[in-house]
Amino acid sequence: MTTMLRWAPLAAAFLSACGDQSPPPRPVAGADPARGLEVVERVGCAACHAIPGVEWPEGRAGPSLKGFGASPMIAGRFPNQPDVLTAWLVDAPALSPETGMPPMPISEAEARDVAAWLYTLDDR
Amino acid sequence: MTADRTVEGTAGWPPPALDPAGPFAGPLEVLAWVLFAMGAVVLLVVLVALGLALFGPRRWRTSLGGERLVWIGGLAFPVVVLSALLVYGLGLTSHLTQEPAAGEMRVRVTGEMWWWRVAYLDAAGREVLQDANEIHIPAGRPVVLELDSADVIHSLWIPRLGGKVDMIPGRRNLMRVQADAPGAYGGQCAEYCGGPHALMGLVVVAHEPSEFEGWRARRAAPAAAATSTHPGMAVFDRAGCGACHAVSGTAFNGLAGPDLSHVGSRRTLGAGILPNNQGTIAGWISDSQAIKPGNRMPAYPVLTGQELRDVSAWLESLK
Repeated sequence: MTTMLRWAPLAAAFLSACGDQSPPPRPVAGADPARGLEVVERVGCAACHAIPGVEWPEGRAGPSLKGFGASPMIAGRFPNQPDVLTAWLVDAPALSPETGMPPMPISEAEARDVAAWLYTLDDR
Repeated sequence: MTADRTVEGTAGWPPPALDPAGPFAGPLEVLAWVLFAMGAVVLLVVLVALGLALFGPRRWRTSLGGERLVWIGGLAFPVVVLSALLVYGLGLTSHLTQEPAAGEMRVRVTGEMWWWRVAYLDAAGREVLQDANEIHIPAGRPVVLELDSADVIHSLWIPRLGGKVDMIPGRRNLMRVQADAPGAYGGQCAEYCGGPHALMGLVVVAHEPSEFEGWRARRAAPAAAATSTHPGMAVFDRAGCGACHAVSGTAFNGLAGPDLSHVGSRRTLGAGILPNNQGTIAGWISDSQAIKPGNRMPAYPVLTGQELRDVSAWLESLK
């Protein structure tokens, strides 16, 4: 018991260090994650992506979005930052001409909401 | 998905079962409530009798245990009540399945595993227009649906507009629907037909009567995008999509799968289950098996991203 207690502060320090090293939050100004989820469901993003919080379908044409909020990159090519993500959601081919992801029928404001919602997906 | 089936793209799903929107669904709602009320009354009587038989005064218990009660309550009562209900129900619903009268609009709906083939008929019963997974009708007018099946037994149920009628191979069942107001009304296959049966939906779109003929005329002509060159059309050709799908105005004339002549104007994709836009079309083509497991369209892991975007853009433009 005493041995374990002796190690406790070190374990606590170790765990908090883990927290400190997680990616900084990426706030999307003025965006509403709940509205973002509504857009995701209206547009049908799940036809291509497995998405936490969306029961069905679990499309396989695009990558799973599990943990996307903690992922450092978009499509393995671009920094995962709010402005880049918003641009990607509206018109992915403009950034990456070879992507299979078409331009989505959403406005810039809707894309910001979706981005804010995607950044909540950080439970790996 | 969870909530997406109720948004505009897949309007009316899941359809409410007791919210009639036309004169052919109304009697069924009345019948449903009458049956429910009578069932409730009978249940109450049985429970009271049970209570008396268990805990009542001795005199009550003796008479409840007699043979007379079996004859009255167990035989005479059900025969009278159920016969009356049967006559009442048949009278209430007999006009739902009558042969089409002169001038009535006719639509043939054929159940397929796991989608709906739709053909609009002229007065002589000839097919004049092909479509799939969506039925367009004028509001305020009765429409006769002639139901058939290409494989197994399906059942067409559009709860707000009419009854639930089986689609039986080799048999022509009739069903009348009418929507009193323009709008979109969800439907669903209501007879287990294997695999993705639960993902076999459809949408009935009721137009303003004044706009319906215009819709029909637009539908009868090929989509503008079908007769112009588009890189997506070339992909459609190379990938062999035309072996199963027809697009009017082109050489693609496959009949195994849904007609795609105006697929871009449909409200849903995959038979009532997905919103319809370039993204969902791309996802469906790429791997429809992930979306609707067991459906008869294979996944297409042979397309590049560019090809997938091209072909989905072309299909979405077929309005």
